[in-house]
Amino acid sequence: MHDHDHTHDAHASIMEENASSNFAKRALAIQSLLIEKGVVTADEVRRAIEVMDSRTPALGAKVVARAWVDPAFKARLLTDAKAACAELGIDTGTLATLVAIENTATVHNVVVCTLCSCYPRAILGLPPDWYKSLNYRSRVVKDPRSILKEFGLELEQDIEIRVYDSTADMRYLVIPVRPPGAEGMSEVALASLVTRDSMIGVTKAQTPGKQRVPSAAEERPG
Amino acid sequence: MSARFKLGDRVRVRVGSLPGHFRTPSYIQGKTGTVVAVHGEFRNPESLAYGGDGLPKKFLYLVCFAQSHVWGQYCAPSKDTLFMDLYEHWLEPGQEAGETHARS
Repeated sequence: MHDHDHTHDAHASIMEENASSNFAKRALAIQSLLIEKGVVTADEVRRAIEVMDSRTPALGAKVVARAWVDPAFKARLLTDAKAACAELGIDTGTLATLVAIENTATVHNVVVCTLCSCYPRAILGLPPDWYKSLNYRSRVVKDPRSILKEFGLELEQDIEIRVYDSTADMRYLVIPVRPPGAEGMSEVALASLVTRDSMIGVTKAQTPGKQRVPSAAEERPG
Repeated sequence: MSARFKLGDRVRVRVGSLPGHFRTPSYIQGKTGTVVAVHGEFRNPESLAYGGDGLPKKFLYLVCFAQSHVWGQYCAPSKDTLFMDLYEHWLEPGQEAGETHARS
């Protein structure tokens, strides 16, 4: 039910480990045993990695852009995010439950998993290293304004910051506020304003005309 | 099974530790919050973690806490909040008297 293939202890030191760590060796040993015993095949392992690597923040950006231009879709996204993603042809089958949370003029949401690294991988891909770091996980829950400032985001004091600690079966996707100046833009152009970090909630969507050039990987069709 | 708590209920997170896997962070134990969503029934991760079937399923709730209540020294505006998913067996009826800071 969880998309966990690890122990929580493994994450505490994830920033410090390298490819030849004991954890990596253990994973390889388990993998070779499972293949040897016929539980999985090497091709299935390869395919699972291939599917995982095909997931990128472009999928989430597509969902957010649609929500910005289509209020009825946004309402469905907020009610049942998995079904809304399916409307756009995005399969979130590996996610237990996806929940979309909306930023507004008065509320800013930011997501963390203090226990490990729960993350909506089916629509954002693999989490960034900082998301799994002890620094982010321990600090964002008790001092979100300070850590957001380090990310370059200073929020007004009258904005309520809601920290979501995803401890269970829900995977949270932040719908950032549609930025000023983006009124007449096409859905595809809007999606280019929606970055990974804005869907975690550590920044806002990019302002039109100021966005960086997307990399080739992010432009891969979903 | 029906859910023990409903939207708007005040709930207190139980204090405790299990010898194995559980998903209630220690920093939220003993704190009181408000149920803002009833997610439904889910398999119990304390069983699933050891190859169990996770049954009986447990109701899962989204609970909202005032940051000024969770952290005694929270220095930002009092309206900031923390949202966490918690399983029913970790919750008990909340006691307003146990709170040192009321929600604004």
